[in-house]
Amino acid sequence: MVERAVAGKLIPRVLLALACAASTHIASATSAPLAVDPAREAQVMHIAEKLRCLVCQNQSIAESNADLANDLKREVREQLAAGKSERDILDFMVERYGDFVLYEPPVRNSTLLLWGGPLTLLVAAGAGFAWTLKRRRAAQAASTPETTAGNDAAARARARALLEEAPENTPEERA
Amino acid sequence: MKTKFAVPLALFLGLVVFFAIGLTHDPREIPSPLIDKPAPDFTLPQLHAQDQTLSLADMKGKVWLLNVWASWCAACREEHPLLVAMSKTRVVPIVGLDYKDQRPEALAWLQEHGDPYDVSIVDAEGRVGINFGVYGVPETFLIDQQGRIRFKHIGPLTRKVVDETLLPQIKALQNG
Repeated sequence: MVERAVAGKLIPRVLLALACAASTHIASATSAPLAVDPAREAQVMHIAEKLRCLVCQNQSIAESNADLANDLKREVREQLAAGKSERDILDFMVERYGDFVLYEPPVRNSTLLLWGGPLTLLVAAGAGFAWTLKRRRAAQAASTPETTAGNDAAARARARALLEEAPENTPEERA
Repeated sequence: MKTKFAVPLALFLGLVVFFAIGLTHDPREIPSPLIDKPAPDFTLPQLHAQDQTLSLADMKGKVWLLNVWASWCAACREEHPLLVAMSKTRVVPIVGLDYKDQRPEALAWLQEHGDPYDVSIVDAEGRVGINFGVYGVPETFLIDQQGRIRFKHIGPLTRKVVDETLLPQIKALQNG
C-alpha cells in the first residue's frame, strides 16, 4: 500500500517532467542550431548584443527570440564560421538595415547632436550655474553693508565675543 | 524678473515642439539604406513551377514591384486587394516573394485571396529577405530598369501610398 501511494505521487511528477522535457525539445528543434564550440557561441552572442532587433526594437537580437532575430543570429554564426570579422558582420548588417541596427550609432554629421548633445548641455548648465552664483554673490556683497551696518553693531559685537569664547574652535570651523 | 520665467518657458516650449515633431514619426519605419542602390542579387525557385527559378537579371529592363508576403502574415491580407486591383490594370509587373512560408499554405492562400503576382518566388529561409533588409512583412520595393531600388514601403500598402507615391513614381520611371 505504501509503495502504491508513493508511486501514485511519483507517476504524475514523472509525466510532468517528461512533458516539460518534450516541450523544451520541441522549442529547441525549431530555433536555429547553436555553434558547437561554446567560445564561438559566446562570440556570436557578443556580436548579437550590439545589434538591435528591428521587430522588437528595445531588444538586441541576442535577447530577442523573434523569427528575424534568430535568422540574424544564424547569419552571424555562419559568417563567423566563414572567417568574417566582427567589423565585417556589423558592416553587413548596416548595409541592409541601416545604422539603426547598431545599438551604438557611429559618429557622423547627422549624429553629432546625439554624441555631443549631453556634453554641450552639461557645459551650458555648468556655465549658467556659475554665472548665477557669481551674480548672486555680487548682489549680496552690494546689499550687505547697508542692511547690517547701522542697526546690528551690538549683535556683531556679541557674536565676536561668542566666537572668541568658544574653546575648541578648529581652524576649519573658523574658516 | 521677467526673464526669470521667460527662459524656462522658452525651453519648455522648445521641448514641446521637438516632442510634437517626434510624435508624428512612426518608429517602426526605418529608412532603408538600400534606396537608390542596386537591388541585392538573388536566384530563387518559383512557387508554382518549383523546378524553375527567377533571378534579378531576369527583370532587367523593366520597372517592377517586389512584394514580400507570407500566408502567415495578417497585414498581407489587408493590402492584398490593392495588389490584385493593381495587377488588373497591368501598370507594372509584380513579383511576389513568399517569405519564410510553407508552399502548400502559400498556394492555398493565393487561391483563396487572388493571385496578383506575375511570378511568385520562394524564400523559405528568409536569406534573400535579409539581403533586402526585410524586417516586417509585408514590404514592397519599387525597382527600376537598371535593377536599382527606388522606393520601399514597410507594412501594408494603402490606397494613399499607391495613388500618391507608388503610381506617380512608376509612371516617372517608365517614362524616364
